[in-house]
Amino acid sequence: MIPSLDTYRAIAADNLWITILPEIAIAVLALAVLVLELLLPPGRRYWIPRIAMGGQGLVLAGVGVAFCLAADPLAGRTAFNGMLQFTPLGDAARVFFLVCGILVCFLGSLFLRRRDLPRVEFFHLILVATGAFMLLAQSSHFLMLFLALETVAVALYILVGYQRQSAASLEGGLKLLIPSALSSAILLAGIVLVYGAAGNPLLVETAADAMRFGDVAAFARANPDNPLLLLGMMLVLAGVAFKIGLVPFQIWIPDVYQGAPTPVTALLAVASKGAGVIVLINLLQGPFETFHAALVPALAVVAMVTILFGNLAALGQRKVKRLMGLSGISHAGFLLLGVAAIPAVPWVLGAVVFYLFVYLLGAFAVFAVMIHVGGLNDPEQRIEDYEELGKASPFLAGVLCIGLGSLAGIPPLAGFIAKLLLFIAAFQAELYLLLGIAVVGVVISIYYYFGWIRAAVFREPPAPQAFAPPAAAETVTHPVSVSMRLALVLLAAMTVLLGLYPAVLHWVL
Amino acid sequence: MIAPAVNFAPLTGILQWQQGLHVAVPWLNGALLLASILFPLVAGFALLLAGPKPGRALGVVAGVAFLIPALFAVWLWSTYAGFRGEGEYLFRTDISTGLDAFGISLKLGLNGISAPLFLMAGIVGLAAGLFAIQSGMERMHAYLGLLLIMLSGLLGLFASIDLFFFYFFHEFALIPTFIMIGIWGGRGRKAAAMEMTIYLTLGALLSLTGLIAVYVQSGLNSFDMITLREHLAVIPLATAVQQYAFGLLLFGFGILVSLWPFHTWAPRGYAAAPASAAMLHAGVLKKFGLYGLVQVAVPLLPDGALSWSPVLIYLALGNVLIIGFVTLAQRDLKRMIGYSSVMHMGYIFLGIVSLSTVGIGAAVFLMFAHGLSIALLFLLSASIENRTGTTDLFCMGGLARQTPVLAGFFVAAVFAAIGLPGFANFWGELAVFIAVFEFEKWLGVLVILGIIISAVYGLRAVAQIFYGEASDALAGHVAKAGAPSDLKGAERAPALLLLLALMFSGFLPGTIADSINRSVEATYRPVQVSLSGGSSMPAASQIRRMTATSPGFPWESLEVRDHHTAGLWLPPDQTDGGLFAMNGPDRTNNP
Repeated sequence: MIPSLDTYRAIAADNLWITILPEIAIAVLALAVLVLELLLPPGRRYWIPRIAMGGQGLVLAGVGVAFCLAADPLAGRTAFNGMLQFTPLGDAARVFFLVCGILVCFLGSLFLRRRDLPRVEFFHLILVATGAFMLLAQSSHFLMLFLALETVAVALYILVGYQRQSAASLEGGLKLLIPSALSSAILLAGIVLVYGAAGNPLLVETAADAMRFGDVAAFARANPDNPLLLLGMMLVLAGVAFKIGLVPFQIWIPDVYQGAPTPVTALLAVASKGAGVIVLINLLQGPFETFHAALVPALAVVAMVTILFGNLAALGQRKVKRLMGLSGISHAGFLLLGVAAIPAVPWVLGAVVFYLFVYLLGAFAVFAVMIHVGGLNDPEQRIEDYEELGKASPFLAGVLCIGLGSLAGIPPLAGFIAKLLLFIAAFQAELYLLLGIAVVGVVISIYYYFGWIRAAVFREPPAPQAFAPPAAAETVTHPVSVSMRLALVLLAAMTVLLGLYPAVLHWVL
Repeated sequence: MIAPAVNFAPLTGILQWQQGLHVAVPWLNGALLLASILFPLVAGFALLLAGPKPGRALGVVAGVAFLIPALFAVWLWSTYAGFRGEGEYLFRTDISTGLDAFGISLKLGLNGISAPLFLMAGIVGLAAGLFAIQSGMERMHAYLGLLLIMLSGLLGLFASIDLFFFYFFHEFALIPTFIMIGIWGGRGRKAAAMEMTIYLTLGALLSLTGLIAVYVQSGLNSFDMITLREHLAVIPLATAVQQYAFGLLLFGFGILVSLWPFHTWAPRGYAAAPASAAMLHAGVLKKFGLYGLVQVAVPLLPDGALSWSPVLIYLALGNVLIIGFVTLAQRDLKRMIGYSSVMHMGYIFLGIVSLSTVGIGAAVFLMFAHGLSIALLFLLSASIENRTGTTDLFCMGGLARQTPVLAGFFVAAVFAAIGLPGFANFWGELAVFIAVFEFEKWLGVLVILGIIISAVYGLRAVAQIFYGEASDALAGHVAKAGAPSDLKGAERAPALLLLLALMFSGFLPGTIADSINRSVEATYRPVQVSLSGGSSMPAASQIRRMTATSPGFPWESLEVRDHHTAGLWLPPDQTDGGLFAMNGPDRTNNP
């Protein structure tokens, strides 16, 4: 049957282009950056990162204004025939990824300043990834999910291997490519199985569009025992777990985090993890809602193992980028704790988003200091390189302490409130064992975070000359620029403010 | 009005005026309470951000910043002590911090238990501040700033009615401690700071989990101590819940208070800490866990307390006896003082574990007294170290000839710590012994041994440092660094402040004890079950029965006066006749 023109018209009527104006703007910006490189004289190209950041800032402001003015008229509605769904979580995700994109661009401009690497493509790819992340968080269709995910992944492959002269960077790129491709295959296999099960016309409640989240959810409610669906779901969740880096799918993290240029490490750590968690929540509240409560024990076990693995593996780590990667695994575990508590304690969704934002602030503060401290041999940064930082630059040391303290969850910093809310939720959801493990995890994490702080801040005892360590290569002698100072002050101040006065919660919750 | 301890007309006038002011301007004292927490906080951050400044101006600014909260604390405490109430919370303020949805807001106030401890925090804070100002540390601005932030946390934790902020302020005070030990500490500071950080974080998180358990299980969606107390007194939690929640709180708090065998961080940490940080931590911050037991854990979870008390007895006994002998074996002055503070925690635990109003009141009194005396000891030990260049007791001797004033102060401090009459510790320890005897006779006999142990190590330290012949090591140091000078005026001021506070409360214990009595009575009073159909007798009454069913000891007057107020301390209608009252009618009956 040839669909009549009216069918296309009906379909087109649901294409509410205005609703994805932010994403369109980011895409235009990404292209504009490439064009500008051709148009601008070489002496003016330093404007490109500023345009990338400023453009994202404008989009962020637009999203914020629209959110405040319109009081979210789109809440819960879908567009593009169920490809996208606009939820409060999606709005929060847009803000999250835009902030993340701006900060990564900023760190990127600092990072590239000292290196002989192509500039513009870096910002182009960051913008593409940011836009794709935003779509990913709002997708309510497996096709859309997969496309957005792959767009992100392709951008990340290039970004991780961006330092072509660095073996570590190339190794990281390859080590991301293979597991990531594998996980995409697993995800795709899961999607196909779900599609096959939900689209089966012989079963009740067969889905009209067997990839749309809503239809799959209705099918799952009617056929909770369908083995094909269950298998598909497990594969889909495994694929997502790969992206977040949950145990046992965490194997790629340390090497990739170490090899990637530090701004990209930050993107991986914050945006990639955040996207994975948001997708997981969308899946568990969308197509797999029927199984959510039943999945809680499995999620709890994964969260426990993830928290313990991340913290124990980070314990003896002296290379800071690996340390951030491994401790990031444990943060993923904490986030999963929140996800596991959602069926029993719905408000924890807001706490998870809060945790994500707090992690963003803390992690970017630390990554920014890392970029400043790290010499050209970026992947091999060690905790020992931070000794004397307190003397050389009390400002950087202070920001580092606030960032690490927030990641460790020390009051009065925001990380404490974030962890406290998750703990309360875990208790209310009666996940006692998980709560216990999480508490142990926090104590372990104090050891390595505090060890880093100790190296940076505490006075070294005057070592005997014979045993004096070799002077750390190219340490923090160059001054902190004004923009860097401003950004760091902003990150640190937000971390403290959210810890002292978490009223901002109200518009997140 | 306050039962005038001394019939000194101007003082009585001031106290009456103070009460009048409290009634006439209701918001004033609440604002002072908030100001006494915020002032050092703001001043501390200002000093941190100000950067290095010339010594004198810095000292003056910091001195004022330490002095103002201390003055506010004296004012608030005397207002509370003069207020003839039922031990309720006064000076209350409630400020939203955006977590109202979780039943969290900054609720401040003082009751009779917290008011003396608030006072103690103010005094010790001032003494530690004054001592720090004259200490000549490098990067002085940061050191004083951190001390002020710590002080703000200390004052805040005693003033918090909200359990979240109770915990929050504790951490606020704890973090600067780690940093101060790590940067300004003595030998072995890095390892000590790390050990303390991890150990105390574990303790803090355990107690946080316990607090969350109470919060969630009560189902009130409130961290408000008063709401929880009133609710749980009528509808207590299930015994099993109480047991595990109390267990979490007990071991969490226990780690923070260096309950045996979780004490190992304390002596090492204090030995490495700079003097003022040790004063504030050992004197004030360590009382957090005990205060939490008295004010939170036992009143909210009485059944849990009852079922854990057999365990706690032996652990606390470990503090007194095992650590007592360990203290005897120390040859390092600072470690000895650190261990002695661990040992004295045992008395306080035993006071609490007796679960009688005498014991709990005595525990609070001893917390107050111990805070002052241990701070004084740490202060003086730093002064001794500055003069001898060592803390090794075997490398000293004969110092009294050159430094008679220092010797005098140290002897007085040791007397106070041992618990000799005339100092506050005497009354606290005496009442703990009474309570423990009432509770279990054999326990009382064992605990009394502790006095002998403290006397032995305290007096031996005095002899080794100040009397006899100077050791070769000291003679060598004197030859190199010159003869030690006596205590400077700037060092005398804080020491004198602490000593006067100890003697004031030693000679007039009623001034401190009255308010404690009233609040312990109020907190542990059996609640009349008023809910229709509710047959749940509050477990607090069980506690009372325990105290009432063990007569026999000569304190006839301590027996149940009527079935309603079975307290061993003070019946509320006879406030003047209590254990430590000075001019009460039955003064002669009291020890």
